[in-house]
Amino acid sequence: MDLARNWRLKDQRYRLEGIVCKNCGAKFFPPRQVCTECHSQDLTPHEFDGHGILYSFSTLHQAPLGYEGSLPYTVGIVKLDEGPMVEAQLTDTNPDELKIGQRMEMVTRKLREHGEEGLIVYGYKFRPIANEN
Amino acid sequence: MRDVSVVGIGQTQVKEHWDKSLRQLATSAVLNAMKDAHVDHADALYVGNMLSGELTGQENLGALIADEVGLRGIEALKVEAACGGGGGALHIGYLAVASGQFDVVIVTGAEKLTESSNCNTTASLAMAADADYETVHGISFVALNALLMRRYMYEYDLVPEDFAAFSLNAHANAANNPYAMFRAPITLEQYKHARSVADPISVLDSSPVGDGAAALVLMPTASLNGNRARAVKIAASTVATDSLALHARRDPLWLSAVELSSQKAYAQAGVTPKDIDVFEAHDAFSIMSVMSLEAAGFAERGRGAYLGREGEITPQGKVPISTMGGLKARGHPVGATGVYQAAEAVTQLRGEAGKNQVPNARVAMTQSLGGVAANAATHIFVN
Repeated sequence: MDLARNWRLKDQRYRLEGIVCKNCGAKFFPPRQVCTECHSQDLTPHEFDGHGILYSFSTLHQAPLGYEGSLPYTVGIVKLDEGPMVEAQLTDTNPDELKIGQRMEMVTRKLREHGEEGLIVYGYKFRPIANEN
Repeated sequence: MRDVSVVGIGQTQVKEHWDKSLRQLATSAVLNAMKDAHVDHADALYVGNMLSGELTGQENLGALIADEVGLRGIEALKVEAACGGGGGALHIGYLAVASGQFDVVIVTGAEKLTESSNCNTTASLAMAADADYETVHGISFVALNALLMRRYMYEYDLVPEDFAAFSLNAHANAANNPYAMFRAPITLEQYKHARSVADPISVLDSSPVGDGAAALVLMPTASLNGNRARAVKIAASTVATDSLALHARRDPLWLSAVELSSQKAYAQAGVTPKDIDVFEAHDAFSIMSVMSLEAAGFAERGRGAYLGREGEITPQGKVPISTMGGLKARGHPVGATGVYQAAEAVTQLRGEAGKNQVPNARVAMTQSLGGVAANAATHIFVN
Protein backbone atom coordinates (compact mmCIF):
# COMPACT_ATOMS: atom_id res chain seq x y z
CA MET A 1 0.00 0.00 0.00
CA ASP A 2 2.13 2.84 -1.16
CA LEU A 3 1.45 6.56 -1.08
CA ALA A 4 0.13 6.99 -4.62
CA ARG A 5 -2.21 4.07 -4.23
CA ASN A 6 -3.84 5.41 -1.10
CA TRP A 7 -4.03 8.91 -2.57
CA ARG A 8 -5.67 7.51 -5.72
CA LEU A 9 -8.43 5.86 -3.65
CA LYS A 10 -9.21 8.91 -1.49
CA ASP A 11 -12.58 9.71 -3.11
CA GLN A 12 -13.77 6.17 -2.45
CA ARG A 13 -12.26 5.87 1.02
CA TYR A 14 -13.41 9.27 2.36
CA ARG A 15 -16.60 9.99 0.45
CA LEU A 16 -17.84 6.62 -0.82
CA GLU A 17 -17.70 7.94 -4.37
CA GLY A 18 -18.90 5.41 -6.90
CA ILE A 19 -20.36 5.78 -10.34
CA VAL A 20 -23.75 5.89 -12.07
CA CYS A 21 -24.44 4.71 -15.61
CA LYS A 22 -25.81 7.58 -17.70
CA ASN A 23 -27.45 5.11 -20.06
CA CYS A 24 -29.36 2.74 -17.74
CA GLY A 25 -29.05 4.38 -14.32
CA ALA A 26 -27.29 1.46 -12.60
CA LYS A 27 -25.13 2.54 -9.65
CA PHE A 28 -21.79 0.99 -8.72
CA PHE A 29 -19.37 1.04 -5.83
CA PRO A 30 -16.46 0.93 -6.40
CA PRO A 31 -16.43 2.89 -9.68
CA ARG A 32 -15.79 0.97 -12.88
CA GLN A 33 -15.33 1.83 -16.56
CA VAL A 34 -17.95 -0.45 -18.11
CA CYS A 35 -21.55 -0.85 -16.86
CA THR A 36 -22.26 -4.52 -16.04
CA GLU A 37 -25.94 -4.05 -16.86
CA CYS A 38 -25.88 -2.40 -20.32
CA HIS A 39 -22.12 -2.34 -21.14
CA SER A 40 -22.21 1.42 -21.62
CA GLN A 41 -18.93 3.25 -21.05
CA ASP A 42 -20.73 6.51 -20.34
CA LEU A 43 -20.62 6.71 -16.54
CA THR A 44 -20.41 9.65 -14.15
CA PRO A 45 -19.33 9.89 -10.48
CA HIS A 46 -21.96 9.41 -7.79
CA GLU A 47 -21.52 9.95 -4.06
CA PHE A 48 -23.37 7.36 -1.98
CA ASP A 49 -25.04 8.52 1.22
CA GLY A 50 -23.59 5.61 3.18
CA HIS A 51 -26.82 4.18 4.59
CA GLY A 52 -27.85 0.57 4.19
CA ILE A 53 -28.58 -2.75 5.87
CA LEU A 54 -26.27 -5.46 7.16
CA TYR A 55 -26.10 -8.38 4.69
CA SER A 56 -23.63 -10.50 6.68
CA PHE A 57 -20.79 -10.22 9.21
CA SER A 58 -17.92 -12.17 10.76
CA THR A 59 -15.54 -11.68 13.67
CA LEU A 60 -11.96 -12.64 12.89
CA HIS A 61 -9.75 -14.49 15.36
CA GLN A 62 -6.82 -14.87 12.97
CA ALA A 63 -5.64 -11.89 10.95
CA PRO A 64 -3.57 -11.11 7.89
CA LEU A 65 -0.19 -9.46 8.46
CA GLY A 66 -0.70 -5.84 9.51
CA TYR A 67 -4.05 -6.41 11.23
CA GLU A 68 -3.01 -8.68 14.13
CA GLY A 69 -3.08 -5.72 16.53
CA SER A 70 -6.78 -5.17 15.86
CA LEU A 71 -7.88 -8.74 16.75
CA PRO A 72 -10.59 -9.66 17.32
CA TYR A 73 -12.32 -7.37 14.81
CA THR A 74 -15.57 -7.66 12.88
CA VAL A 75 -16.08 -7.25 9.16
CA GLY A 76 -19.29 -7.13 7.19
CA ILE A 77 -21.09 -6.65 3.92
CA VAL A 78 -23.52 -3.73 3.87
CA LYS A 79 -26.16 -3.42 1.17
CA LEU A 80 -26.53 0.29 0.51
CA ASP A 81 -30.05 1.69 0.14
CA GLU A 82 -28.99 2.89 -3.31
CA GLY A 83 -28.14 -0.62 -4.49
CA PRO A 84 -24.49 -1.68 -4.32
CA MET A 85 -22.92 -3.78 -1.56
CA VAL A 86 -19.79 -2.65 0.30
CA GLU A 87 -17.35 -4.74 2.35
CA ALA A 88 -15.78 -3.07 5.37
CA GLN A 89 -14.96 -3.36 9.04
CA LEU A 90 -17.81 -2.77 11.48
CA THR A 91 -17.21 -0.44 14.40
CA ASP A 92 -18.88 1.16 17.46
CA THR A 93 -20.71 -2.09 18.13
CA ASN A 94 -20.75 -5.24 20.22
CA PRO A 95 -20.49 -8.11 17.70
CA ASP A 96 -22.82 -10.25 19.83
CA GLU A 97 -25.61 -7.74 19.24
CA LEU A 98 -25.26 -7.52 15.46
CA LYS A 99 -28.15 -8.80 13.40
CA ILE A 100 -28.45 -9.40 9.67
CA GLY A 101 -30.89 -6.84 8.26
CA GLN A 102 -30.19 -4.06 10.76
CA ARG A 103 -29.64 -0.47 9.64
CA MET A 104 -26.02 0.67 9.18
CA GLU A 105 -24.22 3.89 8.31
CA MET A 106 -20.78 4.78 7.01
CA VAL A 107 -18.25 6.47 9.28
CA THR A 108 -14.63 7.48 8.64
CA ARG A 109 -12.02 5.68 10.73
CA LYS A 110 -8.40 4.63 10.74
CA LEU A 111 -8.08 1.45 8.64
CA ARG A 112 -4.48 0.73 9.58
CA GLU A 113 -2.31 2.30 12.23
CA HIS A 114 0.63 2.32 9.88
CA GLY A 115 0.93 1.24 6.30
CA GLU A 116 4.15 -0.18 4.91
CA GLU A 117 5.60 3.30 4.59
CA GLY A 118 4.47 4.53 7.98
CA LEU A 119 1.33 5.99 6.50
CA ILE A 120 -1.82 6.11 8.60
CA VAL A 121 -4.56 4.86 6.28
CA TYR A 122 -8.08 6.26 6.77
CA GLY A 123 -11.25 5.03 5.15
CA TYR A 124 -14.83 3.96 5.64
CA LYS A 125 -16.19 1.58 8.23
CA PHE A 126 -19.84 0.96 9.08
CA ARG A 127 -21.71 1.12 12.38
CA PRO A 128 -25.26 0.37 13.46
CA ILE A 129 -27.64 3.33 13.38
CA ALA A 130 -29.03 3.78 16.87
CA ASN A 131 -32.11 5.88 16.16
CA GLU A 132 -32.89 6.64 12.57
CA ASN A 133 -35.65 9.09 11.78
CA MET B 1 -9.84 -30.93 -31.63
CA ARG B 2 -8.33 -34.26 -30.61
CA ASP B 3 -9.36 -36.38 -27.64
CA VAL B 4 -6.87 -36.15 -24.77
CA SER B 5 -5.99 -38.75 -22.12
CA VAL B 6 -4.11 -38.67 -18.84
CA VAL B 7 -1.47 -41.38 -19.13
CA GLY B 8 0.47 -40.80 -15.91
CA ILE B 9 0.07 -39.25 -12.47
CA GLY B 10 2.48 -38.29 -9.70
CA GLN B 11 1.91 -36.85 -6.22
CA THR B 12 3.94 -35.91 -3.18
CA GLN B 13 2.36 -36.01 0.26
CA VAL B 14 0.84 -32.68 1.28
CA LYS B 15 2.45 -31.56 4.53
CA GLU B 16 4.79 -29.01 6.06
CA HIS B 17 7.86 -29.98 4.02
CA TRP B 18 10.54 -28.19 6.06
CA ASP B 19 13.25 -30.25 4.31
CA LYS B 20 12.09 -29.71 0.73
CA SER B 21 11.95 -26.68 -1.56
CA LEU B 22 9.35 -25.79 -4.15
CA ARG B 23 11.58 -27.04 -6.98
CA GLN B 24 12.24 -30.35 -5.22
CA LEU B 25 8.53 -30.99 -4.65
CA ALA B 26 7.60 -30.13 -8.25
CA THR B 27 10.46 -32.21 -9.64
CA SER B 28 9.49 -35.28 -7.58
CA ALA B 29 5.87 -35.05 -8.72
CA VAL B 30 6.81 -34.64 -12.39
CA LEU B 31 9.33 -37.49 -12.36
CA ASN B 32 6.76 -39.76 -10.70
CA ALA B 33 4.17 -38.87 -13.35
CA MET B 34 6.66 -39.49 -16.20
CA LYS B 35 7.57 -42.87 -14.69
CA ASP B 36 3.89 -43.77 -14.32
CA ALA B 37 3.31 -42.76 -17.96
CA HIS B 38 6.44 -44.56 -19.25
CA VAL B 39 7.64 -41.43 -21.05
CA ASP B 40 11.07 -39.82 -20.94
CA HIS B 41 10.32 -36.64 -22.82
CA ALA B 42 7.62 -33.99 -23.22
CA ASP B 43 6.91 -31.16 -25.64
CA ALA B 44 5.65 -28.69 -23.06
CA LEU B 45 5.17 -28.21 -19.33
CA TYR B 46 2.65 -26.00 -17.51
CA VAL B 47 2.99 -25.19 -13.80
CA GLY B 48 0.00 -24.22 -11.66
CA ASN B 49 1.11 -21.99 -8.78
CA MET B 50 -0.17 -18.99 -6.88
CA LEU B 51 2.38 -17.61 -4.43
CA SER B 52 5.91 -18.65 -5.39
CA GLY B 53 6.95 -15.05 -5.94
CA GLU B 54 5.34 -13.71 -2.80
CA LEU B 55 6.36 -16.45 -0.36
CA THR B 56 9.58 -17.91 -1.76
CA GLY B 57 10.86 -15.02 -3.90
CA GLN B 58 10.85 -17.28 -6.95
CA GLU B 59 9.02 -16.64 -10.20
CA ASN B 60 9.66 -17.95 -13.72
CA LEU B 61 8.66 -21.45 -12.59
CA GLY B 62 8.17 -22.70 -16.15
CA ALA B 63 11.86 -22.47 -16.99
CA LEU B 64 12.96 -23.58 -13.53
CA ILE B 65 10.90 -26.78 -13.36
CA ALA B 66 11.46 -27.74 -17.01
CA ASP B 67 15.21 -27.57 -16.42
CA GLU B 68 15.10 -29.38 -13.06
CA VAL B 69 13.24 -32.37 -14.54
CA GLY B 70 15.74 -32.67 -17.39
CA LEU B 71 13.67 -31.01 -20.11
CA ARG B 72 15.62 -27.77 -20.58
CA GLY B 73 14.56 -26.15 -23.83
CA ILE B 74 10.88 -27.11 -24.04
CA GLU B 75 7.95 -24.68 -23.88
CA ALA B 76 7.13 -24.08 -20.22
CA LEU B 77 4.94 -21.51 -18.46
CA LYS B 78 3.42 -20.78 -15.07
CA VAL B 79 -0.37 -20.52 -14.90
CA GLU B 80 -1.89 -18.41 -12.13
CA ALA B 81 -5.56 -18.29 -11.10
CA ALA B 82 -5.17 -17.88 -7.33
CA CYS B 83 -6.15 -21.14 -5.55
CA GLY B 84 -7.46 -22.44 -8.89
CA GLY B 85 -4.15 -22.33 -10.76
CA GLY B 86 -3.87 -26.12 -10.84
CA GLY B 87 -7.14 -26.49 -12.74
CA GLY B 88 -6.07 -23.60 -14.96
CA ALA B 89 -2.76 -25.29 -15.81
CA LEU B 90 -4.58 -28.52 -16.66
CA HIS B 91 -6.92 -26.58 -18.96
CA ILE B 92 -3.95 -25.04 -20.82
CA GLY B 93 -2.25 -28.45 -21.06
CA TYR B 94 -5.45 -30.00 -22.36
CA LEU B 95 -5.80 -27.30 -25.03
CA ALA B 96 -2.17 -27.75 -26.08
CA VAL B 97 -2.73 -31.45 -26.81
CA ALA B 98 -6.32 -31.19 -28.09
CA SER B 99 -5.33 -28.49 -30.57
CA GLY B 100 -2.73 -30.74 -32.16
CA GLN B 101 0.13 -28.45 -31.13
CA PHE B 102 1.85 -31.00 -28.85
CA ASP B 103 1.83 -34.79 -28.40
CA VAL B 104 3.20 -35.09 -24.85
CA VAL B 105 2.43 -32.41 -22.26
CA ILE B 106 3.22 -32.35 -18.56
CA VAL B 107 0.95 -30.44 -16.18
CA THR B 108 2.14 -29.88 -12.65
CA GLY B 109 0.86 -27.89 -9.70
CA ALA B 110 3.31 -26.92 -6.97
CA GLU B 111 3.02 -24.72 -3.92
CA LYS B 112 5.21 -23.96 -0.90
CA LEU B 113 3.13 -22.16 1.72
CA THR B 114 5.22 -22.79 4.84
CA GLU B 115 8.23 -20.71 3.81
CA SER B 116 6.75 -17.73 5.65
CA SER B 117 5.01 -16.82 8.93
CA ASN B 118 1.35 -17.72 9.39
CA CYS B 119 0.24 -14.08 9.29
CA ASN B 120 2.19 -13.45 6.12
CA THR B 121 0.73 -16.57 4.48
CA THR B 122 -2.76 -15.44 5.54
CA ALA B 123 -2.11 -12.03 3.99
CA SER B 124 -0.75 -13.60 0.81
CA LEU B 125 -3.72 -15.95 0.39
CA ALA B 126 -5.98 -12.89 0.62
CA MET B 127 -4.40 -11.71 -2.65
CA ALA B 128 -7.00 -13.97 -4.29
CA ALA B 129 -9.55 -11.29 -3.36
CA ASP B 130 -9.91 -7.60 -4.31
CA ALA B 131 -6.87 -5.80 -2.86
CA ASP B 132 -8.37 -2.29 -2.93
CA TYR B 133 -11.87 -3.10 -1.71
CA GLU B 134 -11.70 -6.31 0.36
CA THR B 135 -8.18 -7.06 1.55
CA VAL B 136 -7.40 -3.50 2.68
CA HIS B 137 -10.19 -3.77 5.24
CA GLY B 138 -8.45 -6.70 6.94
CA ILE B 139 -10.89 -9.18 5.41
CA SER B 140 -8.97 -12.46 5.23
CA PHE B 141 -9.82 -15.16 2.73
CA VAL B 142 -11.41 -17.19 5.54
CA ALA B 143 -13.52 -14.15 6.46
CA LEU B 144 -14.93 -13.90 2.92
CA ASN B 145 -16.15 -17.47 3.22
CA ALA B 146 -17.41 -16.77 6.75
CA LEU B 147 -19.52 -13.89 5.43
CA LEU B 148 -21.10 -16.29 2.94
CA MET B 149 -21.62 -19.05 5.52
CA ARG B 150 -23.38 -16.73 7.99
CA ARG B 151 -25.69 -15.38 5.30
CA TYR B 152 -26.35 -18.92 4.04
CA MET B 153 -27.29 -20.13 7.53
CA TYR B 154 -29.57 -17.08 7.91
CA GLU B 155 -31.38 -17.63 4.62
CA TYR B 156 -31.80 -21.39 4.98
CA ASP B 157 -32.20 -21.59 8.75
CA LEU B 158 -29.17 -23.80 9.45
CA VAL B 159 -26.63 -24.07 12.28
CA PRO B 160 -22.87 -24.76 11.97
CA GLU B 161 -23.39 -28.42 12.94
CA ASP B 162 -25.38 -28.89 9.72
CA PHE B 163 -22.06 -28.56 7.88
CA ALA B 164 -20.18 -31.13 9.99
CA ALA B 165 -20.59 -34.03 7.56
CA PHE B 166 -18.31 -32.37 5.02
CA SER B 167 -15.38 -32.18 7.40
CA LEU B 168 -16.01 -35.66 8.84
CA ASN B 169 -16.18 -37.23 5.37
CA ALA B 170 -13.00 -35.50 4.21
CA HIS B 171 -11.00 -36.58 7.26
CA ALA B 172 -12.32 -40.15 7.14
CA ASN B 173 -11.25 -40.46 3.50
CA ALA B 174 -7.85 -38.81 4.02
CA ALA B 175 -7.04 -41.46 6.62
CA ASN B 176 -6.67 -43.93 3.73
CA ASN B 177 -4.73 -41.64 1.39
CA PRO B 178 -0.93 -41.83 1.74
CA TYR B 179 -0.58 -38.43 0.05
CA ALA B 180 -2.95 -36.67 2.49
CA MET B 181 -1.81 -34.18 5.13
CA PHE B 182 -4.17 -35.42 7.87
CA ARG B 183 -4.32 -39.18 8.35
CA ALA B 184 -6.74 -39.43 11.29
CA PRO B 185 -10.55 -39.29 11.28
CA ILE B 186 -12.30 -36.65 13.41
CA THR B 187 -15.44 -36.86 15.54
CA LEU B 188 -18.59 -34.73 15.65
CA GLU B 189 -17.60 -33.62 19.15
CA GLN B 190 -14.26 -32.35 17.85
CA TYR B 191 -16.05 -30.50 15.06
CA LYS B 192 -18.49 -28.87 17.49
CA HIS B 193 -15.70 -27.63 19.75
CA ALA B 194 -13.17 -26.58 17.13
CA ARG B 195 -11.47 -23.20 17.47
CA SER B 196 -13.03 -20.32 15.53
CA VAL B 197 -10.96 -18.70 12.77
CA ALA B 198 -13.57 -16.21 11.51
CA ASP B 199 -16.96 -17.04 12.93
CA PRO B 200 -18.95 -19.09 12.01
CA ILE B 201 -15.96 -20.85 10.34
CA SER B 202 -13.78 -23.00 12.60
CA VAL B 203 -10.47 -24.71 11.90
CA LEU B 204 -12.44 -27.88 11.14
CA ASP B 205 -14.33 -26.07 8.37
CA SER B 206 -11.07 -24.85 6.83
CA SER B 207 -8.53 -26.48 4.58
CA PRO B 208 -5.02 -26.45 6.07
CA VAL B 209 -1.92 -24.62 4.87
CA GLY B 210 0.59 -27.10 3.48
CA ASP B 211 3.19 -27.72 0.80
CA GLY B 212 2.88 -30.14 -2.08
CA ALA B 213 3.11 -30.91 -5.77
CA ALA B 214 1.24 -33.17 -8.15
CA ALA B 215 1.70 -33.84 -11.86
CA LEU B 216 -0.01 -35.38 -14.89
CA VAL B 217 1.18 -36.51 -18.32
CA LEU B 218 -1.26 -35.85 -21.18
CA MET B 219 -1.24 -37.44 -24.65
CA PRO B 220 -3.68 -37.67 -27.57
CA THR B 221 -6.07 -40.57 -26.95
CA ALA B 222 -5.64 -41.79 -30.55
CA SER B 223 -1.88 -42.19 -30.08
CA LEU B 224 -2.34 -44.77 -27.33
CA ASN B 225 -3.45 -47.54 -29.73
CA GLY B 226 -5.49 -49.09 -26.95
CA ASN B 227 -2.37 -50.38 -25.20
CA ARG B 228 -2.47 -48.17 -22.15
CA ALA B 229 -5.05 -49.79 -19.93
CA ARG B 230 -4.62 -47.26 -17.12
CA ALA B 231 -5.14 -44.18 -19.31
CA VAL B 232 -8.16 -42.02 -18.52
CA LYS B 233 -9.79 -39.73 -21.08
CA ILE B 234 -10.50 -36.06 -20.41
CA ALA B 235 -14.06 -35.66 -21.67
CA ALA B 236 -14.36 -31.96 -20.80
CA SER B 237 -12.12 -29.07 -19.80
CA THR B 238 -13.69 -25.67 -19.15
CA VAL B 239 -13.01 -22.40 -17.36
CA ALA B 240 -15.49 -19.67 -16.37
CA THR B 241 -15.26 -16.50 -14.29
CA ASP B 242 -17.28 -14.32 -11.90
CA SER B 243 -16.57 -10.94 -10.32
CA LEU B 244 -13.44 -11.01 -8.18
CA ALA B 245 -15.12 -9.22 -5.26
CA LEU B 246 -18.10 -10.65 -3.37
CA HIS B 247 -19.80 -7.27 -3.15
CA ALA B 248 -20.03 -7.00 -6.95
CA ARG B 249 -22.21 -10.11 -7.25
CA ARG B 250 -25.94 -9.74 -7.67
CA ASP B 251 -26.40 -12.82 -5.50
CA PRO B 252 -23.32 -13.74 -3.44
CA LEU B 253 -24.87 -17.08 -2.39
CA TRP B 254 -24.87 -18.38 -5.95
CA LEU B 255 -21.51 -19.41 -7.47
CA SER B 256 -22.19 -18.47 -11.07
CA ALA B 257 -18.68 -19.35 -12.31
CA VAL B 258 -19.22 -22.86 -10.90
CA GLU B 259 -22.56 -23.08 -12.69
CA LEU B 260 -21.14 -21.76 -15.98
CA SER B 261 -18.07 -23.98 -16.07
CA SER B 262 -20.09 -27.04 -14.96
CA GLN B 263 -22.75 -26.51 -17.61
CA LYS B 264 -20.12 -26.06 -20.31
CA ALA B 265 -18.38 -29.22 -19.11
CA TYR B 266 -21.60 -31.29 -19.07
CA ALA B 267 -22.32 -30.15 -22.62
CA GLN B 268 -18.78 -30.92 -23.81
CA ALA B 269 -18.78 -34.39 -22.24
CA GLY B 270 -22.40 -35.14 -23.13
CA VAL B 271 -23.31 -36.03 -19.54
CA THR B 272 -25.58 -34.71 -16.76
CA PRO B 273 -24.88 -34.45 -13.02
CA LYS B 274 -26.62 -37.83 -12.59
CA ASP B 275 -23.86 -39.47 -14.64
CA ILE B 276 -21.05 -38.20 -12.37
CA ASP B 277 -19.81 -41.02 -10.09
CA VAL B 278 -17.13 -38.97 -8.25
CA PHE B 279 -17.08 -35.18 -7.72
CA GLU B 280 -13.87 -33.70 -6.39
CA ALA B 281 -15.30 -30.34 -5.29
CA HIS B 282 -13.20 -27.39 -4.15
CA ASP B 283 -13.91 -27.87 -0.44
CA ALA B 284 -11.57 -25.14 0.82
CA PHE B 285 -14.30 -24.43 3.40
CA SER B 286 -17.44 -26.43 4.24
CA ILE B 287 -19.61 -23.67 2.80
CA MET B 288 -17.77 -23.96 -0.55
CA SER B 289 -18.70 -27.67 -0.79
CA VAL B 290 -22.33 -26.85 -0.11
CA MET B 291 -22.55 -23.99 -2.59
CA SER B 292 -20.58 -25.94 -5.23
CA LEU B 293 -22.98 -28.89 -4.99
CA GLU B 294 -25.85 -26.51 -5.68
CA ALA B 295 -24.29 -24.46 -8.49
CA ALA B 296 -22.93 -27.59 -10.21
CA GLY B 297 -26.42 -29.08 -10.26
CA PHE B 298 -26.16 -31.85 -7.64
CA ALA B 299 -28.57 -30.23 -5.19
CA GLU B 300 -31.40 -27.74 -5.30
CA ARG B 301 -30.62 -24.26 -4.07
CA GLY B 302 -30.48 -24.24 -0.26
CA ARG B 303 -30.28 -28.04 -0.10
CA GLY B 304 -26.53 -28.66 -0.50
CA ALA B 305 -25.92 -29.19 3.21
CA TYR B 306 -28.59 -31.88 3.32
CA LEU B 307 -26.55 -34.10 0.97
CA GLY B 308 -23.95 -34.16 3.74
CA ARG B 309 -26.42 -34.77 6.55
CA GLU B 310 -28.03 -37.62 4.62
CA GLY B 311 -24.71 -39.39 4.00
CA GLU B 312 -24.78 -38.93 0.23
CA ILE B 313 -21.27 -37.42 -0.04
CA THR B 314 -19.36 -40.48 1.22
CA PRO B 315 -17.75 -42.94 -1.23
CA GLN B 316 -20.89 -45.09 -0.87
CA GLY B 317 -23.32 -42.19 -1.39
CA LYS B 318 -25.03 -40.73 -4.44
CA VAL B 319 -22.58 -37.82 -4.85
CA PRO B 320 -19.20 -38.85 -3.41
CA ILE B 321 -16.97 -35.80 -2.81
CA SER B 322 -13.50 -35.36 -1.29
CA THR B 323 -12.97 -39.08 -1.86
CA MET B 324 -9.25 -38.90 -1.07
CA GLY B 325 -9.64 -36.27 1.65
CA GLY B 326 -10.40 -33.19 -0.41
CA LEU B 327 -8.84 -29.81 0.24
CA LYS B 328 -10.00 -30.11 3.85
CA ALA B 329 -7.91 -33.12 4.80
CA ARG B 330 -5.66 -34.10 1.89
CA GLY B 331 -4.57 -30.48 2.21
CA HIS B 332 -4.72 -27.37 0.03
CA PRO B 333 -1.35 -26.30 -1.42
CA VAL B 334 -3.34 -23.73 -3.37
CA GLY B 335 -1.92 -23.70 -6.93
CA ALA B 336 -1.23 -27.45 -6.77
CA THR B 337 -4.68 -28.49 -5.60
CA GLY B 338 -6.39 -28.70 -8.99
CA VAL B 339 -3.73 -31.14 -10.16
CA TYR B 340 -4.12 -33.29 -7.02
CA GLN B 341 -7.85 -33.43 -7.73
CA ALA B 342 -7.19 -34.66 -11.27
CA ALA B 343 -4.71 -37.29 -10.04
CA GLU B 344 -7.34 -38.49 -7.55
CA ALA B 345 -10.04 -38.65 -10.23
CA VAL B 346 -7.69 -40.79 -12.35
CA THR B 347 -6.97 -43.01 -9.33
CA GLN B 348 -10.71 -43.57 -8.83
CA LEU B 349 -11.33 -44.34 -12.50
CA ARG B 350 -8.38 -46.74 -12.58
CA GLY B 351 -10.01 -48.55 -9.66
CA GLU B 352 -6.92 -47.96 -7.53
CA ALA B 353 -8.45 -45.93 -4.68
CA GLY B 354 -8.27 -48.78 -2.14
CA LYS B 355 -10.61 -48.39 0.82
CA ASN B 356 -11.96 -45.16 -0.69
CA GLN B 357 -12.85 -46.72 -4.03
CA VAL B 358 -16.21 -45.55 -5.33
CA PRO B 359 -17.86 -48.74 -6.66
CA ASN B 360 -17.96 -48.92 -10.48
CA ALA B 361 -16.64 -45.37 -10.89
CA ARG B 362 -16.69 -44.54 -14.60
CA VAL B 363 -17.16 -40.73 -14.76
CA ALA B 364 -15.36 -38.30 -12.43
CA MET B 365 -15.52 -34.50 -12.23
CA THR B 366 -13.03 -32.13 -10.64
CA GLN B 367 -13.49 -28.44 -9.91
CA SER B 368 -10.68 -26.04 -9.08
CA LEU B 369 -11.73 -22.59 -7.84
CA GLY B 370 -9.70 -19.38 -7.70
CA GLY B 371 -10.72 -16.83 -5.09
CA VAL B 372 -14.29 -17.26 -3.86
CA ALA B 373 -15.09 -19.01 -7.16
CA ALA B 374 -14.11 -15.94 -9.19
CA ASN B 375 -12.42 -18.47 -11.44
CA ALA B 376 -13.73 -22.02 -11.91
CA ALA B 377 -11.99 -24.75 -13.91
CA THR B 378 -14.05 -27.92 -14.36
CA HIS B 379 -12.78 -31.22 -15.78
CA ILE B 380 -14.67 -34.41 -16.53
CA PHE B 381 -12.78 -37.69 -16.84
CA VAL B 382 -14.16 -40.95 -18.26
CA ASN B 383 -12.89 -44.46 -18.32
